[in-house]
Amino acid sequence: MADIALQRVTKKFGANTALRELDLDIKNGEFFVLLGQTGAGKTTTLRVIAGLEVPNSGKVMIDGQDATNWNAAERDVALVLQQYSLYPRMTVRGNLEFPLKSRTHNLTAAEIRERVDRVAETLQITRLLDRKVERLSGGEMQRVSIGRAIVRQPRVFLMDEPLSALDANLRDVLRVELKKLHSELGATFVFVTHDQVEAMSMGDKIGVLNRGKLVQVGTPSEIYARPLNTFVARSVGTPPMNLLDGTLAADTAILDAGRFALPLACRHGTDGARIRFGIRAEDVVLDEAGEAAGRVFDIENHGVIKILTLDVDGTQLHATVSAQTKVKIDETVRFTWKPEKVSSFDPATGRNLGLG
Amino acid sequence: MASQVMTNLDPKSRAAAKGLSDLTIRNLFIIPTIAFLIIFNIFPLLYSLAYSFTDFRASTRAPANFVGLQNYRDLLSDPFIWSNFSITAKYVLISVTGQVLVGFGLAMLLNRAIPAKGLITTLLLLPMMLSMAVVGLFWKLLYDPNFGIINYFLGLEKFEWLADPDMALYAIAIVDIWMWAPFVMLLSLAGLSAVPKHLYEAAEIDRASGLYTFFRITLPLVAPILMIAIIFRTMEAFKTFDLAYVLSSQPTTELIAIRLYKMAFQEWQTGMSSAFAYIVLIMVVAITNIYVKYLNKVKAR
Repeated sequence: MADIALQRVTKKFGANTALRELDLDIKNGEFFVLLGQTGAGKTTTLRVIAGLEVPNSGKVMIDGQDATNWNAAERDVALVLQQYSLYPRMTVRGNLEFPLKSRTHNLTAAEIRERVDRVAETLQITRLLDRKVERLSGGEMQRVSIGRAIVRQPRVFLMDEPLSALDANLRDVLRVELKKLHSELGATFVFVTHDQVEAMSMGDKIGVLNRGKLVQVGTPSEIYARPLNTFVARSVGTPPMNLLDGTLAADTAILDAGRFALPLACRHGTDGARIRFGIRAEDVVLDEAGEAAGRVFDIENHGVIKILTLDVDGTQLHATVSAQTKVKIDETVRFTWKPEKVSSFDPATGRNLGLG
Repeated sequence: MASQVMTNLDPKSRAAAKGLSDLTIRNLFIIPTIAFLIIFNIFPLLYSLAYSFTDFRASTRAPANFVGLQNYRDLLSDPFIWSNFSITAKYVLISVTGQVLVGFGLAMLLNRAIPAKGLITTLLLLPMMLSMAVVGLFWKLLYDPNFGIINYFLGLEKFEWLADPDMALYAIAIVDIWMWAPFVMLLSLAGLSAVPKHLYEAAEIDRASGLYTFFRITLPLVAPILMIAIIFRTMEAFKTFDLAYVLSSQPTTELIAIRLYKMAFQEWQTGMSSAFAYIVLIMVVAITNIYVKYLNKVKAR
């Protein structure tokens, strides 16, 4: 149970700068997801919070106290890694007992047993307790690894892509379970992932990291609906937000592709200004009377919906339509967009002009 | 059958062009080895087994008489032989324990980021590369009670390391430890560096003490390779000859190998010494088997 804050944290590995003056605020009880690509500094951030890496500069605050020079044990955090990191040659019970057997706890054997049994029950691994960890499947290993984290009742849970090595079905199951666990424990969770679906579905808050800097922090819906810049727009959502270059003219956007003029609800700039317009696939509407036209390039059927890739004079954009919509490849369709859903980005800096 | 097991020669290769079949090539490699093994290992082994049942002496022209198990009976009831065995057992125990403690300790010290790690490791490995006899000779000088550097530094005046009957065996064991601890270190280092770093991090996060981490994570993971080092060193220590022979000739340092040497080549009791060699062989095989069983158990866990 703790607030965590990073203040202007910089971490270098040799000539590589992993984190650049990173500021981060995580409130007590939050499920905070750090989203970013490989090399964005997600894992480093987590390791700095855990106390496994010492930042070159900046401060790590836990509950308002400066914890920068505390070691991992003093910080009282739990860490779940992608590669499970179970202690080999021990049983599942041995692994779950491990964190309880250190001197700081002074638990009796009966207390340890009781705690381990309770955790095993929560994670449905009771029948595995006496098995060697080498004989577990990936999903079982990850459950044990999560169990080892919760058995100690730490202040903060840190999870480094815990679901990435699992197959899709298991990932969905554990995703739900982790979420449930979070609401039961009420503890602070910091969850690192490169998978934006995971981030969107699990996080109370998402922090988007890019090259060692936090680009945007917000609730999943904030991040989705109002991305701060084109990077966030492209990294969140499947398919990613369509970005179309164009020019502003009165209350319309003149797209470079096909010179189509589409309506705008609000404008950010003067006539003739170059703008990169962003529109989500579901906000592109197929319409007989639509202002723009494109050729159907590809159709992905997702059951409930279809995702169309439209080719508009050489530029491709995605549109989500209901599965009942009848379209054929190479057919030319007319479409428009929902004017109130359009984001405007500065083509030079990528900044969202609608957000101050 | 053979052609089914082996892949066939590449028809474009030079061997195929010379008309060699893969069977011929296989024989080319295997027959010399088998011939060598039979002539130099298996034949002498069987020949000496035959001698061990006779009273043959290689120094005389007298014909060998078959004496049955008499040699074995004599040897096993000889209290001097048993004292040789107990001296050897003591030596093996001291020397191997010392090597494991020193070698593993060095490996633990080296298993971290330290400057000039490669150079230090190489220097530490040097003793192992030297010849046993040479090591024996210069340690004799180091131990010398009159001008030896060891007494000088320890301030022991004229302490007789090698002439003192109680101390001599320890003195030899110390040299053996100096020479072979690096071997244990090398294997331990390989074992230690194979322990994944994230396990130590997990243990740190789980607030385990250093000692707890060592006994629950490090040691179980290094145990199999450490066992292999111990097997090698035990076998070697068991048959130690040159080091002890060069350093000291005390009755208290008469290891089995030295007794065997004296019996065979000074007293010329060829038949008796063959029987002795067989007893030693059986013991070494038995001890090694115990270790290997244990090793497999460690690995299975």
